[in-house]
Amino acid sequence: MYVATKGGERAIDAAHRWLGDERRGDRTIAELDVAQIREQLGLAVNRVMAEGSLFDPDLAALAIKQSRGDLIEAVFLIRAYRTTLPRFGSSLPVETKRMHMIRRISATFKDAPGGQILGPTFDYTHRLLDFKLMADGEAPEALRSEAPSAFAPHILQLLDDDGLMEQLDVNDDTPPDLTREPLEMPAARPLRLQALARGDEGFVLSMAYSTQRGYGRTHAFVGELRIGTCAVEMEIPELGFSVEIGEIELTECETVNQFTGSKSEPPQFTRGYGLVMGQSERKAISMSLVDRALRWEELGEENVGAPAQDAEFVLYHCDNIQATGFLEHIKLPHYVDFQSELELIRKLRREALQAQVKEAAE
Amino acid sequence: MSTLSQETRKSYMGVLARAHPQRLRALMPNLPPHEWLRRPEIGTTMVQGRIGATGAPFNLGEMTVTRCALKLADGTVGHAYVQGRDQDHALRAAVVDALMQTPSLEEIEVRVLAPLRAEEAEKKAARAEKAAATKVEFFTMVRGED
Repeated sequence: MYVATKGGERAIDAAHRWLGDERRGDRTIAELDVAQIREQLGLAVNRVMAEGSLFDPDLAALAIKQSRGDLIEAVFLIRAYRTTLPRFGSSLPVETKRMHMIRRISATFKDAPGGQILGPTFDYTHRLLDFKLMADGEAPEALRSEAPSAFAPHILQLLDDDGLMEQLDVNDDTPPDLTREPLEMPAARPLRLQALARGDEGFVLSMAYSTQRGYGRTHAFVGELRIGTCAVEMEIPELGFSVEIGEIELTECETVNQFTGSKSEPPQFTRGYGLVMGQSERKAISMSLVDRALRWEELGEENVGAPAQDAEFVLYHCDNIQATGFLEHIKLPHYVDFQSELELIRKLRREALQAQVKEAAE
Repeated sequence: MSTLSQETRKSYMGVLARAHPQRLRALMPNLPPHEWLRRPEIGTTMVQGRIGATGAPFNLGEMTVTRCALKLADGTVGHAYVQGRDQDHALRAAVVDALMQTPSLEEIEVRVLAPLRAEEAEKKAARAEKAAATKVEFFTMVRGED
């Protein structure tokens, strides 16, 4: 039986009005505007864009304001907004070798061409709270020195040139798109990378960490990590050629992993790959470790039953919007469902009690 | 269409797509009469990456894009695809595209495109110079006796 209940409307309206009031907070304190969030909470904006899978810093900043800083709620808002927009097409694959870099490091080659560029990093800070930020005062401008005019080559290209890296499968096949087709197993590497790129940072991080602790170990080194902006180019049918339609900030991580060889391949280094929208190196490194762990089958490695080797487990649980949607629905009214559970328990108790009484009597 | 080369058109359409909407508005306060062929429409483009930077493509995520098409009084058609959701940005970019195919091209190049190019180059150079200042200069410590 389906029983509709009414009566929540007034309460819901009042709850939402209070939500707006709480969002504003103490009215004697200046209200945050969206541009302030975009400019001063840039890494939160980046995370919302990456997991919302939509590059638009203004929208991500608005979502953060609306969600009161609940980033998963903000990602939810972005995903919902995205579904209202028409898709004009697909870009040409971005060329990360033509990245205008603000950061580029390698853990494998000290003297790589182009050098090690630290960029605006938290690395090497002492992680001490900076109380100066609680006081007024301008941050000093960044230092500058002469910049190289050429793009820096990818560092793994060096190993590639020596034939020590696994060969990449180069093709221009149209990749599967999980925003169009539901995720199905087995998932090919392009589909896995799409799912990981928009996956929850915490989940992907924990999966990557589990491989480091021994659950499907892959011995990863960060061959190169680079952050910067890349042009996005798209074929425009009305023009008959491609034009740049904008540029986006990206974080790319390439790992170098030990590989002892297989029946068909000599010992060499293999790759894990991470590419994430915005400045998000924790996510990009995590993504490349998980990508590599998921490749056990194609590389003929042993499945040790580690969670990070299980594509179905990783890919079906990395999306925080699917996860939170299913998790949080259990708090919504389930009165009728629960009523039947209650009936069932009462019946089972009655039967158990009757059986006891009968046993005692015998 | 005039003798405008595809390379030239590609180049300035990229500049217009990346331009800051307010800046373009300031450089082009007045617009010539025009007629819509396609009113500004906000949508997305799926951005692709390549596995291992140079391998097979995969879908990374989308970006917002606004597009439109219009016709000037003399029949010249202008197209725009610009980053973000600013309809006025797309309108002005399409007008520039159309005007660049008319005898006004030199004036537009000087008055609109050259400043946009210069400002973009300056912004990129500033980021690159700040990055260069954080480049590690390794030096080797001499150990033991020689």
